[in-house]
Amino acid sequence: MKKILFAIVVCLLIGAPFALKPYGIYLLSLWAVMAIAAIGLNLTLGYAGQISLAQGSFVGIGAYAAALLTTQGWPLWSAFVLAALLSLAIGWLLGYPALRVQHHYLAFVTLSFATLVFLVLRNEEWLTKGVYGISGIPRPTLAGWSAKSPLAFYFFCLAILALVAAATWWLVRSPWGRAFTALRENAVRADSLGVDTRRYTLMAFAIGSALGGVAGVLYAPLVQFIEPTAFNLNLSLNLLLMVMVGGAGHFLGPFLGAAVSVLLPEWLRFSEGLYLILYGAAVMLLMAFCPSGLLGLAERAGRVFK
Amino acid sequence: MAGVATGGIYALVAVGFVLVWQTSQAINFAQGEFVMLPAFLVLAAMKLGLALPAALAAGFALSLLVLGLLFKRVVVDPILRHGVLPLVISTLGLSLFLKESVKEFYAAEAQAFPAVWADTNLTVGEAVVSAQSLVIIAVAVAAVGLLQWFLAGTRTGRQMQASAQNPTLARVLGIPVERMILYTFLVNAALVALASFLVSPIYLAKFTNGETLGLAAFVAAIVGGFNQVRGAIVGGLLLGLADNFVAAYWSAQYRAAIPLFLLIAVILWRPQGLLGRAEERTV
Repeated sequence: MKKILFAIVVCLLIGAPFALKPYGIYLLSLWAVMAIAAIGLNLTLGYAGQISLAQGSFVGIGAYAAALLTTQGWPLWSAFVLAALLSLAIGWLLGYPALRVQHHYLAFVTLSFATLVFLVLRNEEWLTKGVYGISGIPRPTLAGWSAKSPLAFYFFCLAILALVAAATWWLVRSPWGRAFTALRENAVRADSLGVDTRRYTLMAFAIGSALGGVAGVLYAPLVQFIEPTAFNLNLSLNLLLMVMVGGAGHFLGPFLGAAVSVLLPEWLRFSEGLYLILYGAAVMLLMAFCPSGLLGLAERAGRVFK
Repeated sequence: MAGVATGGIYALVAVGFVLVWQTSQAINFAQGEFVMLPAFLVLAAMKLGLALPAALAAGFALSLLVLGLLFKRVVVDPILRHGVLPLVISTLGLSLFLKESVKEFYAAEAQAFPAVWADTNLTVGEAVVSAQSLVIIAVAVAAVGLLQWFLAGTRTGRQMQASAQNPTLARVLGIPVERMILYTFLVNAALVALASFLVSPIYLAKFTNGETLGLAAFVAAIVGGFNQVRGAIVGGLLLGLADNFVAAYWSAQYRAAIPLFLLIAVILWRPQGLLGRAEERTV
């Protein structure tokens, strides 16, 4: 049953864009990009149990790295390397003070870090061009194959998403992933079993942040124009909601959450401002009745039907 | 003086935040929006034809009802048993809900908010002091003083403290813990309403007001010490002063980044907060 569903979804992801207009393809690409960032956050939040309100800032760091490098003529893969390493290092440094104390402090540190990143992007005009943003970000060419058209770039995003998903799948099943889960379930017990809790927590946070950076590198050539407000606190909150709505700690949660968050506003466009009000209310209801998100809800429904 | 006034407002919001956290372990991410909303309730009441004092009273009462009673009954109570994280997410949802509702049903533009006091400047010796700052400081000091007296000097207040420190023991001693928790939510609602009435004449009433105020309240609470009401007051004042000094003498552009630096400095050097006591870790 699960395998059939999986096959259908993959076929749809590959087949659907041929039937869609450019805007539909853009939305699907955006979904793939957001899913990557959400997978990273799910690793931090869902598996290691550390709340981060700065995932959007790492997307921003990645996007600016890509924009600055590619407009200077560097290839996109160099941006991937730079953004991933930069986000990894910043994530590590950011988690370091916060983990000296109780875990909810990380929420506040990341919250104010998100504010700081936004201010730097807006104010340091010599580097980021401030509120004017950076335009004309080129799309990559891979060994003669150009990803310039929306369709080609969508498949490029999809391929990176598949790579990231496969790597995460492997990671959560490796001893590292097991250690992450042990941390979430009971940090003290994990500690007594010889897991270096501090190092693994920092690692989960840093790897999650690095995936945010990777998503940003794809985001810049997708929209081809970036400016600071795209990466303010709202993006971070949105990513957090994606993970929780989909189901934190579920492997497929971020995929579903990103779909809800990217596609639902388009379908509910007729309701205009009401959409965000309804979304806020829906999140509260979901947390009250099923804090494990939509996938948790589906699991529960599945048990009832059996 | 402006720094102390800003600090006083931060302190009011932070004290409410700490009280709710102490009794119910609820981190309220919508605290900033809680400060934004009462001003709009007053504006709405005035639109219905009420005079300013009556509108302020109505806004205050509505705040107690919505941000105190309803917030506890409808949002916090059903979720608290699931743990801290779902509640954090839910209050994030709530802040989105409040913000967008005000934007949609009232106005997206900043609204002028009537000041109870005319904005005149007094000259004291060499220094020029705005009357509004003085009023804010006076009201904040009065409110915090009243609260301290209530918590330490009355029977109900001491019962509230007992419920916060050790709910199980408090219950054994016959204290109605549930009702005490409700009282702290009401006190929080009263504090944010007060802060709202004080801050809105200066910064205008806008649906996005909560974003900076909420962060300031968290940081003030952490800087001062999460488990101390006095700590929140000190944290609020410190943040308000730092905020104004940096804006005036160094860089207005990075004003909003002050909380981060204060936060990291405190976490690195004194993780339990300036006035806080270290808490033991539990298994």
